[in-house]
Amino acid sequence: MGGWLPDNVATLLIDGSYLLVAFLFIMGLKAMSSPVTARRGIVVAGAGMLIGTLMSFLYPGMGNFPLMLVAIAIGGGLAWWSGKRVAMTDMPQMIALYNGMGGGAAAAIAAGELLRMTAEQPGVATGHGPVVTALAAAGAFIGSVSFSGSLIAFGKLQNLIKRSFRFKGQQVMNLVIVAATLAIGASLVVAGHPAMQTVVLFFALALLLGVTMTLPIGGADMPVVISLYNAFTGLAVAFEGFVLENAAMIIAGIVVGSAGTLLTQLMAKAMNRSLGNVLFSGFGEGEVAATGAVAGALKPIEPADAGIMMAFAQKVLVVPGYGMAVAQAQHKVWELCQLLIDKGVMVRFAIHPVAGRMPGHMNVLLAEAGVPYDLIADLDEINAEFETADVALVIGANDVVNPVARTDKSSPIYGMPILNADKARNVLVIKRGQGAGFSGIENHLFYLDNTRMVYGDAQKVASALIHAIKAAG
Amino acid sequence: MEGVIALYIVMLAAFTGYEVIARVPVILHTPLMSGSNFVHGIVLVGAMVALGRADTLLEQVIGFTGVVLGAGNAVGGYVVTERMLEMFRASGDRKKKKESA
Repeated sequence: MGGWLPDNVATLLIDGSYLLVAFLFIMGLKAMSSPVTARRGIVVAGAGMLIGTLMSFLYPGMGNFPLMLVAIAIGGGLAWWSGKRVAMTDMPQMIALYNGMGGGAAAAIAAGELLRMTAEQPGVATGHGPVVTALAAAGAFIGSVSFSGSLIAFGKLQNLIKRSFRFKGQQVMNLVIVAATLAIGASLVVAGHPAMQTVVLFFALALLLGVTMTLPIGGADMPVVISLYNAFTGLAVAFEGFVLENAAMIIAGIVVGSAGTLLTQLMAKAMNRSLGNVLFSGFGEGEVAATGAVAGALKPIEPADAGIMMAFAQKVLVVPGYGMAVAQAQHKVWELCQLLIDKGVMVRFAIHPVAGRMPGHMNVLLAEAGVPYDLIADLDEINAEFETADVALVIGANDVVNPVARTDKSSPIYGMPILNADKARNVLVIKRGQGAGFSGIENHLFYLDNTRMVYGDAQKVASALIHAIKAAG
Repeated sequence: MEGVIALYIVMLAAFTGYEVIARVPVILHTPLMSGSNFVHGIVLVGAMVALGRADTLLEQVIGFTGVVLGAGNAVGGYVVTERMLEMFRASGDRKKKKESA
């Protein structure tokens, strides 16, 4: 393949194709910013990726083509197979996994470059100046953190890692690892011809940091972390793009890095927490469980009565949360809502920005079930409507509807914008058991006079509600 | 690449990324995160170059790993994003679909 074109022609073709790749990526991402054109967007970006990959075979002076094809077949094949099979509810961890692979690939590129430097003889001019070496090392650092961190995030969301590891001095330990990694990285740049052991130690520490940074973070904070690592991988790719003088990698990496940073901030903001707070505080790990006793009692209701309550309502607002995802209840919930709509009830879905394990996680699940997106509203759009709603149906959501966030300054979620489900005339809460949510904070909403609890698996309860409404005629 | 020109590219790309995302509705955040995850799968082409220029066995192993991971990022990112976006439909679309069916 490579070599049958004159080098200058091949280079021209590659450069031209990369310009096209950058254009297609940006057009694709732009199209993805509206639900109407989003589908076209990914196809456009995909065309860019295909062109870039095919043209890269033309690079002058390349070999190892059989290995390359085998590697693409293995990586691409496994990803295709797993991506087609994964359930919509498991999307967050798959995205974390693919993202980690990108970070790992960027780190591998850097490893190749840095190892080549160790092989160079002292005194012989190196291929890279200190700036390029520094960029390679920075990309290696960020890419490695993103790789191991994403794998841990995947393990936690997939329930392979069951608990969050915390101990005193954890932050100090992380800081020490960061400092050590940066110091070794700096020595690589200064040395010019680093020892092999130094490079290996550098990667080992960076990989370790990803693990120790991610292990203490609770499930509720995973959306922010995945988004952060997505931005990290983008940056790592851009840095390695500098090293390889590859414009497509620089542009794509920086676009993703900046977009990912913005997205991460939007999400952290939606939880009313700073990014540092997400990464370095013990939220959601039981330390905060001692938030005072609650007045009132939990008042259970049978699904049959709850169904009748909704059948005779005029306006029902549905607030889905992670519990709906766990129970795979989205199809039954939509069936229930369609039944209500046919009866003339106005139904809307109210989505909190951080409901679930990813921003927009609920939207994806509802879309899978076939809910039209114009029935789905986000927090700002819908919050005023709770006051005129007859029923707020809370399905497996907890902290995002906890009124404590408005009132109790001592609560860890104080100040987080919440959905005002408590303002609805009646509140129905579908919940698996009586325990507090993942944050360990008692939810005052559940104890209000106008709240009724329907205990059970969200899918089974939704079926029971459908049955009740049908029986009511 | 000229250092200054590279900096221009970085600046413009950073603004582009920011602007593109700033207007995205919340309902598309997950597909978008997934879509941008796909876009940095372009790391595959860099890994291909790294493998293509590898001479020693160690370099080949590292390059091979890079290409496997990069291809996984690109293909996996595409498949899941496409699957998610395929599901987004407006009420109007659905009716049209029913009528045509």
